[in-house]
Amino acid sequence: MSTRIFGSGIRRREDPRLITGSATYTDDLTLPRMAHAAMLRSPHAHARITSIDTSRAAAAPGVVAAYTHADTEGAVAPAPCAWHLPDSDLKMADYHCLAKDVVRYVGDIVAVVVAESRYAAEDALELVDVGYEPLPAVIDPEAAAAEGAPQLHDEIAGNQAFHWQVAGGDVDAAFAEAEVVVSDRIIQQRLIPNAMEPRAALASYTRATGELTVWNTTQNPHIVRFLTSLVLGLSEDKIRVIAPEVGGGFGSKIAAYPADFVTMFCSRKLGRPVKWTETRTENYQATTHGRDHVQQVELAAKKDGTVLGLRCTVHAGMGAYLSTAAPGIPTILHGLMLSGVYTMPAVREDVYGIYTNGTPVEAYRGAGRPEATFMLERMMDVLAARLDMDPADVRRKNLIPRFEDGHDVVTSLTYDSGDYPAALDKVLSHADYAGLRARQKAGPANGAYLGLGLATYVEICGLGPSQVAGAIGFQGGLWESAIVRFHPSGKVHVFIGASPHGQGEETTFAQIVGSELGVDPQDVKVFHGDTDNTPMGWGTYGSRTTAVGGAALALTARKIRDKAKVIAAHLLEAAVEDMEYEDGKFFVKGAPDQHKTIGDIALMANVAWNMPKGVEAGLEASTFYDPPNFTFPFGAHLAVVEVDAETGAVTLKRYVALDDCGPQINPVIVEGQVHGGVVQGVGQALWEEAVYDEGGQLVTGSMLDYALPRADLLPDIEVLSTVTPSPHHPLGVKGIGEAGTIASTAAVYNAVLDALRPLGVSSVRMPLTPERVWQAIRDAKKSAP
Amino acid sequence: MYAPDFAYYRADSVAEIGRLLRKHPGAKLLAGGHSLIPLLKLRLAAPPALIDIGRIGELKGISVADGRLRIGALTTHAQIAASSEVAAHAPALAAAAGVIGDPAVRNRGTIGGNVAHADPASDLPTVLLALGASFAVATDDGERAIPAGGFFQDMMTTALGEHDIVTAVDVPTAPEGQGQAYEKFSHPASRYAVIGAAAAVGLTGGKVGRVVVTLGGLVPAAIRAGSVEQALSGQAPSADAIADAAAAVSNDLGPDLIGDIYASAEYRRAMAPVCVKRALTAALKRASSVAEAPAARSPWWKPSWL
Repeated sequence: MSTRIFGSGIRRREDPRLITGSATYTDDLTLPRMAHAAMLRSPHAHARITSIDTSRAAAAPGVVAAYTHADTEGAVAPAPCAWHLPDSDLKMADYHCLAKDVVRYVGDIVAVVVAESRYAAEDALELVDVGYEPLPAVIDPEAAAAEGAPQLHDEIAGNQAFHWQVAGGDVDAAFAEAEVVVSDRIIQQRLIPNAMEPRAALASYTRATGELTVWNTTQNPHIVRFLTSLVLGLSEDKIRVIAPEVGGGFGSKIAAYPADFVTMFCSRKLGRPVKWTETRTENYQATTHGRDHVQQVELAAKKDGTVLGLRCTVHAGMGAYLSTAAPGIPTILHGLMLSGVYTMPAVREDVYGIYTNGTPVEAYRGAGRPEATFMLERMMDVLAARLDMDPADVRRKNLIPRFEDGHDVVTSLTYDSGDYPAALDKVLSHADYAGLRARQKAGPANGAYLGLGLATYVEICGLGPSQVAGAIGFQGGLWESAIVRFHPSGKVHVFIGASPHGQGEETTFAQIVGSELGVDPQDVKVFHGDTDNTPMGWGTYGSRTTAVGGAALALTARKIRDKAKVIAAHLLEAAVEDMEYEDGKFFVKGAPDQHKTIGDIALMANVAWNMPKGVEAGLEASTFYDPPNFTFPFGAHLAVVEVDAETGAVTLKRYVALDDCGPQINPVIVEGQVHGGVVQGVGQALWEEAVYDEGGQLVTGSMLDYALPRADLLPDIEVLSTVTPSPHHPLGVKGIGEAGTIASTAAVYNAVLDALRPLGVSSVRMPLTPERVWQAIRDAKKSAP
Repeated sequence: MYAPDFAYYRADSVAEIGRLLRKHPGAKLLAGGHSLIPLLKLRLAAPPALIDIGRIGELKGISVADGRLRIGALTTHAQIAASSEVAAHAPALAAAAGVIGDPAVRNRGTIGGNVAHADPASDLPTVLLALGASFAVATDDGERAIPAGGFFQDMMTTALGEHDIVTAVDVPTAPEGQGQAYEKFSHPASRYAVIGAAAAVGLTGGKVGRVVVTLGGLVPAAIRAGSVEQALSGQAPSADAIADAAAAVSNDLGPDLIGDIYASAEYRRAMAPVCVKRALTAALKRASSVAEAPAARSPWWKPSWL
């Protein structure tokens, strides 16, 4: 491997087109005869549709057609949920693409209007006459599970979508034996993902050929193609799905959405291209949300801080219907990570997935792991406070010692590699933790209370072995694919099944090929996101693109190298066994001056004038890589905050992030991923919450009310790393896309609560707005003896 | 996010605005558009016509004469925040203009549009009231001046008549020795003021002389905090005296405080004295060293066309 290319912080080749506005997103596309769709969405969180009349809308100027559920009966199947969680009494309600009889959240689609312009379509939406009989609504998952709660789906009692349990070790014995038990009730509030580019679909159905092409803001075009064939009843070979430039997803572009299928239906029905782009209002109402857990947690420990077991019950709000991957998020990706980086003898968790009258909840950056990390990291701090130990000491006492090749944990996973103590120590010494604690001990300065918050974490990436996917009910594989093709001039095309949408794999994958084969990364072009010209792949989410797709690519490059070696031996009239390879050059052992470059061999393979016997022309290879295990990136984060006791305002003063994702292909891209991830996690701790009122109306319906992180509210993030390669990955890499988000919510929350400890505050609901902090201080004062 | 149909007209002079307003009843003036365009796109407003006044040169610019700053109605927040004249003669105004929204908002939003819209959570009305500003208004019958005290009447309601146009804002230059400050409790999403407190204070013989304190963000329209002013006037400016005076603000707030999911009315009521105290403290600090006016806040990015 060439160290010059692998590990070099070269600039992202995606950026020039992205930052100069010359990239093409779905909404930038215009086709001849294209019409525009607008969705009429339910203004009620729960209501029966008593009447619906589109005749006035259909007659409006510029309107081409207006459709309701009745028009799609038999032509559009319900949007499928594709994660059939086993052993969980899973009950999937039909998610009709256009609501049938009942609407169940504000944003449920009731009708679609297609017109010559989007403006005409929007004007005509106001002419669709719908009669509603409002029904009682419920938003809080715990309340929705309670007796007497409004029922969403007739056939699903108690709104319970599933009940899933993870258990390992003897948890009851652990609690019986415990010298200390600490507990907390944690609300992981509902979040809105806020990709910069709203969702969009442009569907073009050609009647003469029966072919459908769809440009779609998706993280997984191959899955969309597959599901489209099921929902619309079209033959999969006649469907082409293209994810052009996609402006972020964070999980919200995994799902196959009703609005996309409705847009495709309109194109098929009308024989014209139809484009739909959601407004930001629709994005807030109908693009999937994240988190929404109510967690009741208990931790058992000994007096010296040794943890014995964790026991918890989670009510996870799923929204009105189960989105494509939804059931796996608060269960598989959450419950299996409960023991974290600690030697934890026993855990038991019950997760209840509950239907509510909110927007469907899906994966959101970290997807289940932030909720697990938070739970565990919060309990470690509560335990430290109870025992009057330093939070760093409690962690150190329980960290799994360094391991290089496999460590079994109580939830039945086998972590690949880790050095958790080293990560924690490096963060503490970098930040001068002891000095910060000394400063804190000196007391508040000008009413500002200093707080330190730690989060040590491990996460599960590189999803995953397909056999495991099958066992956990994921209705697909989880392998990835790559094709590497050398052109006569030695330039390279790479085709991958994954679908990066901002993460930078066009650059890092070029670096993989460059380092494996000694070509300039500039000469490697990476194709992705088009089902007609890329091999099958399962998509970009769960930090899996480099961890799985990158492995497929590295192995493909090595196949090329093997073939090139055979050709080089032939040209140098030597035996293959005598050949050596270094930095793009093939030579006979001991004679590096007489070499053939990969470029020489690409030319020969393509013209094929003088090939070894039995060797095919061309220099191309492909791999379908199914990983033997997940990867387990880890790290330690430290947040330093100041709390203004007079107002409750929190200021994040410092943030130190150490993430170990294995060897870094491009450290600048790693740093960028950490920055973005950390900021999204801080957002949950301090600012973000999707708030519904009692009637189920989304109160934080726009960026005026939903507080996203802003640059001026954040300190410079101090990014550190250690390197612990994954033993089973060809490059040792583990994935970095979600790490920052997984650790940072807990780190910031712990820091604020650490600051508030002298004031007697032990719990505050997130986000930690000034008013909530101020109120908690006031309440603590009132209840103080 | 798609505005309803409207007619568009562009005025090239103040006189033409008046003619167009009379000709198109219900028309709205479009200046920076930062309040109006979102209302149109959310279909919360559907005026039959927009009159674009954005290119009228006579409404732009900042000048100082006869003891007052004159700021043209189309002057942007960024221009006000960066102006050395405003920094020298009305530093609290420069400070407030520099914390409105974000750079994009400040580069497009105008002072005239801001005051005419009269959003209760806006920053400028609070400061302009504190500084004793008045508004030059073109009417059907000529010109008139409306003092800030009578201009902001209620939430989104001003003293402007149907065809009135704010043409400029006049701000008295700060008297020698006066300290000014604007303390903002900012909403993290909208960047509107949850609470905005402005203070303008003079010192006479080591005692607080003329003092004006105003509040916005938590009341339907910016108000004077008369009780605070009274309590502090004539006092030696100790930290205790400031805190005691600031506490008196509860007498000025009235029963109708604004509250929302981010900050309840109760919380805002509790925070009002804190903001007032901080504004007064900062203003008094500057009053004792008035020769050193704070430097103008320069925009982090200045477009080449400015």
